[in-house]
Amino acid sequence: MNPVNYLYLAALLFTIGAAGVLIRRNAIVVFMCVELMLNACNLAFVTFSRMHGNLDGQIIAFFTMVVAAAEVVVGLAIIVSLFRSRHSASVDDASLMKL
Amino acid sequence: MENLIALLVAAPLLGAAVLLCGGRRLDRAGHWLGTLLAAASFVVAVVLFTDMLGKGAEDRALHQKLFSWIPVEGFQADVAFQLDQLSMTFVLLITGVGTLIHIYSIGYMEHDERRRRFFGYLNLFLAAMLILVIADNYLLLYVGWEGVGLASYLLIGFWQHKPSAATAAKKAFLVNRVGDMGLSIAIMLMFTTFGTFAYGPVLEATGDTSEGKLTAIGLMLLLAACGKSAQVPLQSWLGDAMEGPTPVSALIHAATMVTAGVYLIVRSGAIFNAAPDAQMVVVVVGAVTLLFGAIVGCAKDDIKKALAGSTMSQIGYMILAAGLGPIGYVFAIMHLVTHGFFKAGLFLGAGSVMHGMNDEVDMRKYGGLRKYMPVTFVTFGLGYLAIIGFPGLSGFFSKDKIIEAAFAKGGTEGWILGSVALLGAAITAFYMTRVMLMTFFGEERWRRTATPSPDAPDVEPAAETRGEHAEPHPHESPKSMTIPMIVLAFGSVFAGGFFSIGDRFLHWLEPVTGHDHGDAPIGASTVTAATMVALVVGVAIAWAMYGRKPVPVVAPRGSLLTRAARRDLLQDDFNHVVLVRGGEHLTRSLVYVDHTLVDGVVNGTAASMGGLSGRLRKLQNGYARSYAVSMFGGTAVLIAATLLMRAV
Repeated sequence: MNPVNYLYLAALLFTIGAAGVLIRRNAIVVFMCVELMLNACNLAFVTFSRMHGNLDGQIIAFFTMVVAAAEVVVGLAIIVSLFRSRHSASVDDASLMKL
Repeated sequence: MENLIALLVAAPLLGAAVLLCGGRRLDRAGHWLGTLLAAASFVVAVVLFTDMLGKGAEDRALHQKLFSWIPVEGFQADVAFQLDQLSMTFVLLITGVGTLIHIYSIGYMEHDERRRRFFGYLNLFLAAMLILVIADNYLLLYVGWEGVGLASYLLIGFWQHKPSAATAAKKAFLVNRVGDMGLSIAIMLMFTTFGTFAYGPVLEATGDTSEGKLTAIGLMLLLAACGKSAQVPLQSWLGDAMEGPTPVSALIHAATMVTAGVYLIVRSGAIFNAAPDAQMVVVVVGAVTLLFGAIVGCAKDDIKKALAGSTMSQIGYMILAAGLGPIGYVFAIMHLVTHGFFKAGLFLGAGSVMHGMNDEVDMRKYGGLRKYMPVTFVTFGLGYLAIIGFPGLSGFFSKDKIIEAAFAKGGTEGWILGSVALLGAAITAFYMTRVMLMTFFGEERWRRTATPSPDAPDVEPAAETRGEHAEPHPHESPKSMTIPMIVLAFGSVFAGGFFSIGDRFLHWLEPVTGHDHGDAPIGASTVTAATMVALVVGVAIAWAMYGRKPVPVVAPRGSLLTRAARRDLLQDDFNHVVLVRGGEHLTRSLVYVDHTLVDGVVNGTAASMGGLSGRLRKLQNGYARSYAVSMFGGTAVLIAATLLMRAV
């Protein structure tokens, strides 16, 4: 199978993730979309690794997974505590940083 | 002998220091100390003079270097004195007349509780004036120049409780400042041109310097002379300076300080000789002031102000003579010396009259005083005859020489200058006769028994200070006042003849100033005859106006010219309109520019920054998603730009 198809899939997943981050208000969904974008990148890395015949891309994909796992821990903790204090998981409600 | 020169200055300087720092415990003896030190200075001067007479004309100049003032590579300023014939003449005049006026002041200031301070200031003046005339470089001359300015300021404003005196002092100081500016610029120009400001090197080097530079230096020196000597256009302070005590007017504002400008021009003769344009301006200034002062003198009813106008006019003669170059230098100084005698005498006489008349200065309230003040009358009368140039008296010789020299300038200029000088002589005769007649002759207008004239029921002329309604009791002044007047009267009578017979003064000064006879288009006797005619005409007109018919107590309105002359030919109005108003407009427009342009730029920058950031602030709305949009947008733009660059 032509590896370029995987790249199209990665681009599609990334776009879906980006659109979800921009459009959805629920923090959990936004978070999931971010994960989607990360995994789209992983897919692209692995594909390129395969295409160019070396392992650099695969190693970076592992790194990304580790970082993403750490990020999920921190991110979920923040979202849960935010929900507890404000009774809402909407990202637009947390806009106290503006002047 | 050289070592004595510093003593000339040291004596009065010591007096000033002791009297001004000594405090009230010196009140009882202060005036004696001041007079003694002035006299000591005079004695030293006489000793130096007799010594100088014993030498040949060429090696009469003495030098004394005290110390290096500012020793810097390429800039050597020394405190060094030079006493040549020109300086000697001044030293004798300053210390001699100065001592007499110290003696006079003992009597005149008797009732003033600040007499000690007055003598301290007088001594300070003497010291500064002596530094001015015996300095051997322009920088030290400048020290003396500023010193006399300070002393003049302090003495004009001596009665500072009178607002008019305080204002007059400030005015004199400010106007003099303009002239001082000229002198300092001249010294700087000298330094850049010649690399030094000592008289010797500067005056010798004039031959190899471009005329333009010399003209600039000359004009700046002239500006300085105009300030100090009250010449047009910086003349306005002298009339007001009469607010000071009369001995001050006699010493500083008639006999010595105001002649410093003449000294400066004659001393810098070599510069002016090499810069004919500057010389021409000097002559014009002298001629204009000569007429200006004379016209003002004709209209003043205040006896001191009339004499001040006369001083201005006589110094105009001297400046005119000094501007004629080698033809006139000697005569400028000769007139200066004789003028020192008779003008000091006239002022002391005026002071004596005021002393006896409750400090009244309005001549319209004098009259018939010759019976009451015989000594004052005779000495004043001799001074009067001397100043108008009565044959045989001082003024006759010195003024005649200047008029001759003016004609000898040659060409049309010579004729114009000669005629101006002759006209000035006629006006001098007129206004001095007027002063004389109004003061000492005619009816006794100071008696209060006479009913005031119905024309002006309650318009009392100004200048009444003390004893407003008491009838004055004119009386002769004490001996301490009359003796100096008598001595000065002797000088007024005999000095001119003594100087002129055998051309003594000419031979005395010639080695320093040089002399040139010029080519007179008309003979000396013709000039003398013309001067006599001018004199007779002036006296006759004055007699017809003030001698033959009674003088009204209230000044008549007078013609347009009279009214203008009473206001000093509108000099103050001119200064007010041109300088004060002009200055105000200038500052106002500068303030306007500052507010609109400078502040506008600064405030505008701040305001536009503020507006811009206010708009940029809206981007920071706190919504995480909008930040995400800008991140995506920015990344997209960056990627697009990178690809685009790759493609190109």
